[in-house]
Amino acid sequence: MKRFEYIRALEPQQAVMFATPTDASFIAGGTNLLDLMKFEIETPIKLVDINRLELESIEITADGGLRIGTLVTNSDLAAHPTVIANYPVLSRAILAGATGQLRNKATTGGNLLQRTRCYYFYQPDSPCNKRKPGSGCPAINGENRLLAILGISDSCIAQHPSDMAVAMRLLDATVETLKTDGSTRQIALKDFYCLPKDTPHIETVLETGELITHVTLPAPIKGMHTYDKVRDRASYAFAVVSCAAVIDVDDSGKLTTVRLAFGGIGTQPWRDENVEAILTGTDGNDDVITAAADLLLKEAKGNGQNDFKIPLTRRLLKQVIQRALASRSLASKGA
Amino acid sequence: MSLLDTVLQQEPTKKLMMNEPVNSLFDQTASKLVGRPINRVDGSLKVSGQATYSAEFHLDNQAYGVLVSATIAKGKVDKIDSSAVEAIPGVIKVITDPKHFLRNAQQGGATKSPTQGATEVFYHGQPIAAVIAETFEAATEGAKALKVTYKDDSEQAALDFAKELPHAHDVNEKGGSDKNAKQGDPEQGLTDSAVTLDYTYHTPSQSNSPMEPHVTLAHWEGDKLIMYSSNQMLASCKKQIADALDLDGDNVQLISRYVGGGFGSKLGISPESIAAAIAAKELDRPVLIVMTRPQVMEATIRRSNTRQRIAIGCDTDGIINTMIHDTVTSNLPGESFFEPTALSTKYLYRGENRRVDYKKVEMNQVLSGSMRAPGEAVGQIALECAMDELAIKLDIDPIELRRRNEPEQDPSQQIPFSTRSLIACMEQGAQQFGWDQRIAKPASRLEGDWWLGIGMAAAARGNQLAPSEARATLQVDRSKTLGVKAIIETDMTDIGTGSYTVFTQVAADLLGLPIDHIEMRLGDTSLPPAVGSGGSMGAASSGSSIYLACQQLREMLADKVGLHPDTIQLDKGYVKQAGTHESTVAEATVEAGKDMASDLVHKASDLVEKVVEKTGLSSSEHSDDNKENSQQADYSSGDFDFSNFQSYPLVDIIAQYNEQLISAKGQIAPGKNGKEYRQASFGVNFAEVAVHRVTGEIRVKRMTGAFAAGRILNHKTATSQCYGGMVFGIGSALMEQVIHDKQDGRLCNHDLAEYHIPVNADVPQLDVILVEEDDRYTNPMHIKGIGETAISGAAAAIANAIYNAVGIRVRDFPITMDKLLNELPD
Repeated sequence: MKRFEYIRALEPQQAVMFATPTDASFIAGGTNLLDLMKFEIETPIKLVDINRLELESIEITADGGLRIGTLVTNSDLAAHPTVIANYPVLSRAILAGATGQLRNKATTGGNLLQRTRCYYFYQPDSPCNKRKPGSGCPAINGENRLLAILGISDSCIAQHPSDMAVAMRLLDATVETLKTDGSTRQIALKDFYCLPKDTPHIETVLETGELITHVTLPAPIKGMHTYDKVRDRASYAFAVVSCAAVIDVDDSGKLTTVRLAFGGIGTQPWRDENVEAILTGTDGNDDVITAAADLLLKEAKGNGQNDFKIPLTRRLLKQVIQRALASRSLASKGA
Repeated sequence: MSLLDTVLQQEPTKKLMMNEPVNSLFDQTASKLVGRPINRVDGSLKVSGQATYSAEFHLDNQAYGVLVSATIAKGKVDKIDSSAVEAIPGVIKVITDPKHFLRNAQQGGATKSPTQGATEVFYHGQPIAAVIAETFEAATEGAKALKVTYKDDSEQAALDFAKELPHAHDVNEKGGSDKNAKQGDPEQGLTDSAVTLDYTYHTPSQSNSPMEPHVTLAHWEGDKLIMYSSNQMLASCKKQIADALDLDGDNVQLISRYVGGGFGSKLGISPESIAAAIAAKELDRPVLIVMTRPQVMEATIRRSNTRQRIAIGCDTDGIINTMIHDTVTSNLPGESFFEPTALSTKYLYRGENRRVDYKKVEMNQVLSGSMRAPGEAVGQIALECAMDELAIKLDIDPIELRRRNEPEQDPSQQIPFSTRSLIACMEQGAQQFGWDQRIAKPASRLEGDWWLGIGMAAAARGNQLAPSEARATLQVDRSKTLGVKAIIETDMTDIGTGSYTVFTQVAADLLGLPIDHIEMRLGDTSLPPAVGSGGSMGAASSGSSIYLACQQLREMLADKVGLHPDTIQLDKGYVKQAGTHESTVAEATVEAGKDMASDLVHKASDLVEKVVEKTGLSSSEHSDDNKENSQQADYSSGDFDFSNFQSYPLVDIIAQYNEQLISAKGQIAPGKNGKEYRQASFGVNFAEVAVHRVTGEIRVKRMTGAFAAGRILNHKTATSQCYGGMVFGIGSALMEQVIHDKQDGRLCNHDLAEYHIPVNADVPQLDVILVEEDDRYTNPMHIKGIGETAISGAAAAIANAIYNAVGIRVRDFPITMDKLLNELPD
């Protein structure tokens, strides 16, 4: 770990002011950043501690949504009664990630910014376009079993590792920020992440010193909320593929609401509204599901070891839809 | 201290070489402490942070070192530019020593230094320098900042096992723990068999990765090097250190009081040891080097990946006539160790035509060496999966197939088994597990989204004995309830397996003292040398030396009080007579002694059993009871009269010796029994697994293991060892895999976030049955190794259960969802 300056901010405005030099980092839970610093993958000269900012509350918004302070821990967010009642997919996604200890420290804003688990990114003596632009990508022809099949480029195939962010993307979350000039902005999560293209080191649209202060969710969506995480071991493993879903079925067995977002397969939390459109309004028969999966995976490309993610995603998508239909039909039979 | 020194010292010593079956004193002692599931005697120290591990020692003026790892797979270090690093605040010096630095770790029991030299690079991660600083943080910063230039020959490096396979060559049999072997005509046997099976299995490299990383705190007192280290085998590691640094062995002291696991990676010394010693010498101050987790994985030991061909020929009833086990493993250039996969193949099942053949591929990857049950752990994955495949091919129950192939004696060497309880293990295990519920047809049980299946695999692990020595001392200690205590000394280690505890039980049992009256001194080469912890032979070897030292003390006491050694009974701090000696019929004496002893101590032992069972500690609650049984007499003159008095307090006898103590040594050595009898622990693992019908995810639902390993010293620690082996089996079957990049040779998943081992959620209900057994051929305690038995074949039980669940046979481990996905049943 390189030596660094540490400063504690007491107000958001102070935090962004402290963070003006280009190589400063905010630190909240530090569950990812400290590892990155120890490996010298990130070497901030200054850490701005934002843990004293009063951004730890969860409030109901005027339009029935939720406004989540950036410092709300993953554990607290997953256990919040409103989240459990109205956004269970978010609670389930969070609880599918990491461990109890990590979730106690990890924060909402930090989770959105966690970095890929690509082996080559984590080893500073290895080439990696994300860590050292232009140095190359050994993963494309290397150990890529866990890496992305969607949104990839010739320079990077690193997957986004977050579970929470997949649910946030599904729920149309918006990121609220404070910039160094004191202005605020709202960024829809769908616009928040950047595709790697030939600049994989740029992962979000955040500007230098820009602080995430809140994440807001619109009013809840009716339907069955599920989060399926396919992983190599039962806990403490990143998703091979995950699927966050909100699905509603009417009495005639028609899919009235279909929202799907995927983790583990994309360079960012992956959602394709066109896929949802194919399914919405149908009875979810095999042909429709096949068409939806075809569209979802149209651009998907494996690099050898991760080829299996394509059929796996297809199977998972089918499972999620069919299970929702089956549970609805069970429920109506029971009624 | 060498054996020669001991002889010269004339310390009373009981020696035993296992040349014939022997009786065990445990069958006639009063306490029956041996076997009890008592808690670990060091448990409270460990959980309260009072057990000091090597990295926690702190010496005055101590400096901190961090190793610098090579970032190429093959080539030469051209230049190391220390100047910038030495300018970093807190950095003291960059230590380079092209000649003495270790290229790699050493194998277990070796007395020579491992390969030395830090100029030529043989693998990515090889330590080439160390940065020493006032703080760990500064040393870390310096190590990362050190500019090293190389002559990079990585393009010529051997990094892809599959590509190197055509270059596989013969192994150096002298350097391994198994040998090529052939009986009959195996290829012809295969051709002539009515039923044959011929499959190839692959297992990946695995990482030992004990919880405590490899560590050395080195300091010099003049010419003497003292090292707090984390080693499994101190006596041989001391010799390796001495050889590496051209020192006299007497000038090296190794101290490993507590070891946080090793799994084989600490059998020999590892690179931080010599670096710390050199740095401490150069700087004339103590230096602590703790390897980082990535360094532990990159630069200590891995278990080699294997390619194993199993070919079996049998008749239509499944009676095996031919067994072929050919293995290719990998290691660094010049290293002779190879994974002895076929150790147990040689004797597990019958068959007159047999072949075991080993080949080696040289790879530019971290040293391969012993990892928990080297050989059997992955060898039985192949063998026991093949047996399952054969059973399915023949439509015979897998247990029945094994029963039919139970050999009457070791079929490779035509020698009898000392004990062999495989069938008893299979029967008891099957009963407990509910094997009779098995549906042979795969994909027969779907529960929700999960296919369920069950499988089994036999376990076998060779039993070993190695020379070991210990000292036992009885001395007056008025702070103890009984006024006397025993001190046991040996350089044996406790790597978390329970050495402190089981040896305490051995000594307490033989000396008739409560366990809080036993002071166990382990893990210091200034104490008598033991084999150390490894190969599941530590308890047998070191334990026997302690047993013999205590036996010697018993005989000295018998002599003192005028009893025959066969009739002295030490019980709760009192010396008694038990039975009468009949010199002509030794066996009868033992039996008589048992009866008499149990009569005499019946009342008191009931109470002590209860106390000890609960707490494993404290004599205070039953000392009064003892006093009641004792009658006082005047024996200050040294006259003891057992015809009139039941017992004498041990303390009063010890008080009569000079310095109020007596001490003796015990020495055990292997003998003919090891050659004339096939000695092994046997067992069986059963597993139930669930395979997700959509995703192919695999979860183990439950496991039952039944193992027979002679007398069990402590049912709790032995059961824990079995749990550990079964958990390793889960990891081995489903997730453990060292991933080396095939382009540049780096170890990709070099930490425990990415190198998957089972987490709590992966480990279901585990049931362990310790099948009763007693083996008079192994050692005077009649025990066999248990630490590595349960892992042997455990992964195969899971693989076989996966086949039963979904009808897919995966022969390339670990078995992950991607290998099932395309063939999952609808």
